[in-house]
Amino acid sequence: MNNYFLIAIGVMIFLLIFQIAKASEYVSILKGEEKSRKQTNRINGFFLVAFLILGLIGVWWCNHLYYGKTLFPQGSASLEGESIDTMMWITIAVCGVVFLITQILLFWFSFKYQESDKRKAYYFTHNDKLELLWTGVPAIVLTVLVVFGLKYWFKFTGDAPKDSQLIEVTGHQFDWEFRYPGKDGVFGRKNYKLTDAANRNPLGVDWNDEASHDDIHVTHIMHAVVGKPIKLIINSQDVIHDVGLPHFRMKMDAVPGIPTTLWFTPKWTTEEMKVRTGNPNFVYEISCDQICGKGHFGMKGIIIIETQQEFDKWIAGEKSEYYKAFLDIDPNPAPKTDSTVTDAKPVAQVTH
Amino acid sequence: MSNEAILHQHETGTHDVGHAHEHHHHETFITKYVFSQDHKMIAKQFLITGIVWAIIGGLFSVLFRLQLGYPESTFPWLEDFLGHWAKGGKLDPQFYYALVTMHGTVLVFFVLTAGLSGTFSNFLIPLQVGARDMASPFLNMLSYWFFFAASVVMFASLFVQTGPASGGWTIYPPLSALGEASEGSKIGMDLWLISMSLFIINALLGGLNYITTILNLRTKGMSMTRMPLTMWAFFFTAVLGVLSFPVLLSGCILLLFDRNLGTSFYLSDIVINGKILPNEGGSPILFQHLFWFLGHPEVYIIVLPAMGITSEVMSINSRKPIFGYMAMVGSLFAIASLSFMVWAHHMFVTGLNPFLGSFFVLLTLLIAVPSAIKVFNWLTTLWRGNIRFTPGMLFAIGFVSMFISGGLTGIFIGNSALDIHLHDTYFIIAHFHIVMGVAGFFGMFAGLYHWFPKMYGRYMNNTLAYIHFWVTMIGAYLIFWPMHYEGLAGMPRRYYDFSNWESFKMFAGLNQFISFVSIIVFAAQLLFVFNFFYSIFKGRKVTTLNPWGACSLEWSTPIRPGHGNWPGEIPEVHRWAYDYGKDGRDFIPQTEPVGEHESKH
Repeated sequence: MNNYFLIAIGVMIFLLIFQIAKASEYVSILKGEEKSRKQTNRINGFFLVAFLILGLIGVWWCNHLYYGKTLFPQGSASLEGESIDTMMWITIAVCGVVFLITQILLFWFSFKYQESDKRKAYYFTHNDKLELLWTGVPAIVLTVLVVFGLKYWFKFTGDAPKDSQLIEVTGHQFDWEFRYPGKDGVFGRKNYKLTDAANRNPLGVDWNDEASHDDIHVTHIMHAVVGKPIKLIINSQDVIHDVGLPHFRMKMDAVPGIPTTLWFTPKWTTEEMKVRTGNPNFVYEISCDQICGKGHFGMKGIIIIETQQEFDKWIAGEKSEYYKAFLDIDPNPAPKTDSTVTDAKPVAQVTH
Repeated sequence: MSNEAILHQHETGTHDVGHAHEHHHHETFITKYVFSQDHKMIAKQFLITGIVWAIIGGLFSVLFRLQLGYPESTFPWLEDFLGHWAKGGKLDPQFYYALVTMHGTVLVFFVLTAGLSGTFSNFLIPLQVGARDMASPFLNMLSYWFFFAASVVMFASLFVQTGPASGGWTIYPPLSALGEASEGSKIGMDLWLISMSLFIINALLGGLNYITTILNLRTKGMSMTRMPLTMWAFFFTAVLGVLSFPVLLSGCILLLFDRNLGTSFYLSDIVINGKILPNEGGSPILFQHLFWFLGHPEVYIIVLPAMGITSEVMSINSRKPIFGYMAMVGSLFAIASLSFMVWAHHMFVTGLNPFLGSFFVLLTLLIAVPSAIKVFNWLTTLWRGNIRFTPGMLFAIGFVSMFISGGLTGIFIGNSALDIHLHDTYFIIAHFHIVMGVAGFFGMFAGLYHWFPKMYGRYMNNTLAYIHFWVTMIGAYLIFWPMHYEGLAGMPRRYYDFSNWESFKMFAGLNQFISFVSIIVFAAQLLFVFNFFYSIFKGRKVTTLNPWGACSLEWSTPIRPGHGNWPGEIPEVHRWAYDYGKDGRDFIPQTEPVGEHESKH
């Protein structure tokens, strides 16, 4: 019933607007079309300049409301992201100036040169000097932006530092898997045809490769050390996903069949970020940024950035994937519960 | 005196003008309105089909904005419409993705490509270059009917059990290739691919016709540099379409093969739902290259016609020549050629070689130079003019404003160092909706309000038009401007719900505001649709040949031109299309010979 009422109101408003519009057409004809046209012209000219002024106030107001919710106030959580923020500020400054000049001219000219009986339009077809000016200046400004942009781009897309912590990330509908290379620093070989989740081999690791025996596999939550570069080797098992790391200003697609890489150096631990952001529930989230099916919006991973000590303690408690798959040959069959099961629990519990 | 009589009191004595043309052959209802070969009727067919699609596509956005703005609420009436897709009045995530996908597909291709260049290229090219019709009226008719067939298939896909395509309008495989990955990748995806293939045939037939007509059928004296800028814009648009659409066609066909014939063009090393697929050696990235090789020129296929229309409408209503005609043509050419060399800027984060990416950064930011030239030339066209704010002119001014706002954010995301942060966030949504969506629509509205009198021999209602403009202009900024802030917070696009994300959930209030405004803006578009159809039948009649005082040729035809456009000889052209305010005269039509004492420019 309520809906019908709403529809009825909508239709009434429509009819009302239509009747006003129709009536104004008759009025303008009766009043003399030329006269009413000029009157409308003045009204629209005024609206244009009012739109400019209110619009600029709106821009300021919007910034006032939402600047605090962007990632700028908390700063980049990775060293490499700092240069992205710098680049962002340079671009905002340049584009902001151009935006203000052109929009103000657009609406101001529209208002100022509205139709008037006193003025004749100025026959002005071209002017080589002017046109050269506004070809040359944008070209120079853009060159500057390209140079700065590429300088930063090559900095963080170059090779990762040698001492980086290697972590393999695998995306699938709709969760993330992480693998650490263990003490030998080498990942065991994989072959997607060996994938067999029922027999404790969800990543398709080739157990014949001895390098795989000390690899550690966890789900959903990734641990890493503050201040130490992390190199992610990114895979996907099914469709394209994307490792989105907004706080670190980084992003890389996970493409089935084609591994990609991404590296960055975290600046603050999760605990430090809780203080910086003033949000006691803060966590570093990995958002899937490439549409991957109906669960796309829930494909979340968690990164816990911690001190070296905390990390060492955590990883010492993790059993290698090989021994988790073959419990009978495990030399230390500690009564520890399966970490992948624990880790899959809600975030709040794990991060205390 | 009755209302109708007041409206039409001025028309006595001008009746003959409208009927001066000869009825040279007998036309039935079918040949005149359905299988018409008259470019003007075909343009109207494109336009009305485009309007129907725009309503559908816009409605989709209202539905998914309801979910984004009010994630906690339920709307029981949704279940009445959508059945199992909205159980209990809440959109199913699968259907949410289908809506997002179809909104993009419909608006980009069916409305802003077919509806915009299909309408205005068809309508204006023969009229403005001085031709009786297109080079091949028959191919032109086929072009529309291929579009119609594409529309039927796409519309049918909305009603299949597993739903329409739902992998985003960019349909990246493997998601779009594997039915196991998503309900929308079942029969709905096949229908999408078939529909798009038909659509591409429509674009090619149309494009070849536009190019041929502009190159070969110009009237006596109409050299290329005397053409209005609309002609140049449609010409480059058609060239872009003819060169890039076939690449998308090949991409679509390979995807159909992967889906149905067991090939592995895009598939490799895939385990889905525990099932190990045999495909090896394909590359999902190959599809992205093929897609964006069309996809990037596509955005210029949308925006170039809008630029052409804006230039024309702005010059006429400023009563001043367009500033820097040759620079305008040159920048159109520069934009069109550069648009082929920038496609990989959509792929900076796919693992593309960073060194290769750097070339795409350079070429992408280069596009800003011709774009800047255009903006400054428009501003100078307004400068010292004598501006009439017709609804068409207001939309042209709005186009420039949107093009500036959206173009500048392109400088952010074209730079790979920033794209790595902003890619696939709401910043991107804000950028392309402003620069391509809203600007494209503004160009289309400017053209519609301006040429409606030529199309139907009647005016649209001005008051409704002004309400339409101001609500749309203000609403568009209210919707898309704050989205930049969501993007700067890293909020990803294509999310059904943000409430579980610690990093993004603080924007719930803003999302609600945006949804609210978008519903109002949608209602304002319905006002336009009403005005359009009402005015076709009941609008105030046009009583003069040249109501806007324009120089170009289309206004030298009768008020309601018949098939063949000019009753007698096609007029000869003696000058360019922008002699406004020259030598103290308001305007000098193109058909008037250059006088002895006329000043040179």
